Amino acid sequence: MNRDDLIDFVYDEAATIDQMRWDDWLALFHKDGRYWMPLEWQQEDPILQPSLMYEDRLLLTVRVERLAGERTFSQKPKSRCHHLMERPRILSMGEDGGVHKLRTSFIYTETRGDLLERYSGWVSHELVEVDGTLQIKLKRINLINFDAPFSNIQLFI
Amino acid sequence: MDRYRGNSQAIADLVKGHAVHRDVYVDREIFELEMEQLFPNCWVYIGHESQLKNTGDFITSKIGNQPVLASRHRDGQVYVLHNRCPHKGVKIASEPCGNTGKFFRCPYHAWSFKTDGSLLAIPLKKGYEGTGFDTDQAARGLTRIENVKIYRGLIFVRLAQEGLSFEEFFGDALSTIDNMADRSPEGELEVISQPIRYMHTCNWKMLVENQTDTCHPMVAHESSAGTAVNVWEREKDNFSETPMAVQLYAPFMSPYEFYEGAGIRVWPNGHGHTGVSGSIHQDYEDVDGYQAMMTEAYGKERAAEILGDIRHNTIYFPNIMVKGPVGILRNFIPLGVDKTLVESWVFRLKGAPDKLYERALMYNRFINAPTSIVGHDDLEMYERAQEGLHSNGNEWVNLRRLWEDDEPEETTEVVNGTSERQMRNQFYAWRKFMVQNMDQAVEAAE
Repeated sequence: MNRDDLIDFVYDEAATIDQMRWDDWLALFHKDGRYWMPLEWQQEDPILQPSLMYEDRLLLTVRVERLAGERTFSQKPKSRCHHLMERPRILSMGEDGGVHKLRTSFIYTETRGDLLERYSGWVSHELVEVDGTLQIKLKRINLINFDAPFSNIQLFI
Repeated sequence: MDRYRGNSQAIADLVKGHAVHRDVYVDREIFELEMEQLFPNCWVYIGHESQLKNTGDFITSKIGNQPVLASRHRDGQVYVLHNRCPHKGVKIASEPCGNTGKFFRCPYHAWSFKTDGSLLAIPLKKGYEGTGFDTDQAARGLTRIENVKIYRGLIFVRLAQEGLSFEEFFGDALSTIDNMADRSPEGELEVISQPIRYMHTCNWKMLVENQTDTCHPMVAHESSAGTAVNVWEREKDNFSETPMAVQLYAPFMSPYEFYEGAGIRVWPNGHGHTGVSGSIHQDYEDVDGYQAMMTEAYGKERAAEILGDIRHNTIYFPNIMVKGPVGILRNFIPLGVDKTLVESWVFRLKGAPDKLYERALMYNRFINAPTSIVGHDDLEMYERAQEGLHSNGNEWVNLRRLWEDDEPEETTEVVNGTSERQMRNQFYAWRKFMVQNMDQAVEAAE
């Protein structure tokens, strides 16, 4: 893997979300991968500190299948989303036990019906190589206003 | 022209028992009267004592539209104060919590106050000499709220001078708070984390009612809990044990018969709870060592009694819900007729294994967060109701399920778990506390 491969991965991952290719997106996660959205400043512990989300592949699968459900009323009409991202900063290239770490500044917009909500912050990726392919071990989203009272956030940042 | 202000009969007419008029959810004047009458007449939750460990610690909150502040004074007591400088009205504390040190200082003109609210100092004090300032209300500092009760660490306040005592207001309903606190081997709860906050564009009462609505989970949450159950059925062969997440999600899909049998208990003054003889919290896996700790602390019989009480949701009228077996308190804070801030707090049981706290935090983010798919199901329904209620097709909201003509209003009883009895119970209390003191207030004004 070179630097461009890592950076491309982060952009491509956001594109699968924006294009709502959910199965492709889930496939990017390592079998033990996690999606984490902390609720406290510089949070260290996802278990004994409160989070907005801390989900494994089983739970992410539930979310994805729910989005397509016939009786998923909060998705009538459906939400759409858009990621605007700065160039990812590479923090480490496998020095730490084979884990590649990147940090990317973003503005994320989610819309549904006539409503439009905007969130911004930083996303951290911890990526590992499995059979020559990159997989997400941890995707962590630090919202700048993590403690604000949001309305529904239905898709994925 | 005001339709409801000073007209207690018009307010009472909005509640017919088996139905309530839509104005209770959509009328701005009714909302203003709730802020002016209902909330001050009730005992309202503002926070937990463990948030005020040290001298100078403070929290801020709101009762109706009244900004308040609670602080730990050097005498060890908690004082609840109106969060308003007696000079020009500036809010003294602007953060949700913090430590102010020995005194509060207004950021505008540096008037300063002790942590019990009394006036400490004013710059250029001689400018007030001979002005009669000593007899001014401002000379007494931050206005103290007299009616404060700390119960098992939970801080409740009644703004109105006159009204029911804390014990009269809550009565036997306090048993849920007792059970939640008794689940700690030390008998104490503590708050060590921020709440999850969730903004709802709907009337606050829709949220409170939904806490004892047992006919919606299998319908509205088919999308979330139902999908979780389906995915688990497909995937479970890949797992050696049932994940905590599945244990939390799956019971939401219990059938009508389950909720019917589980029962609802109502108490006077609008309090009540679901899950009398069974609940969605009854089958969680045992946590290693916890049972033994509880037996050690309370004896076998009492420990079994505490842990066997698996009440689902307890409503403390007007606007909090306590989930005793999980250790969660939800505060439904009204901001406008169609805007409600929900704060969901998790309590840690002192001396209990971390696993219980982990489970409560997980429950909170699965069910009560703006990122919760279960929450998405509910909010969608509230928002549709808030819009739909403007329809002139029908001005009444139907609450007739298992209603009886001679339904007693101030009573304790256990009824069928799918009854709308507790929602009606809340509206009987709503009517009572909305008009309490109202006629006197009008007479005084005349």
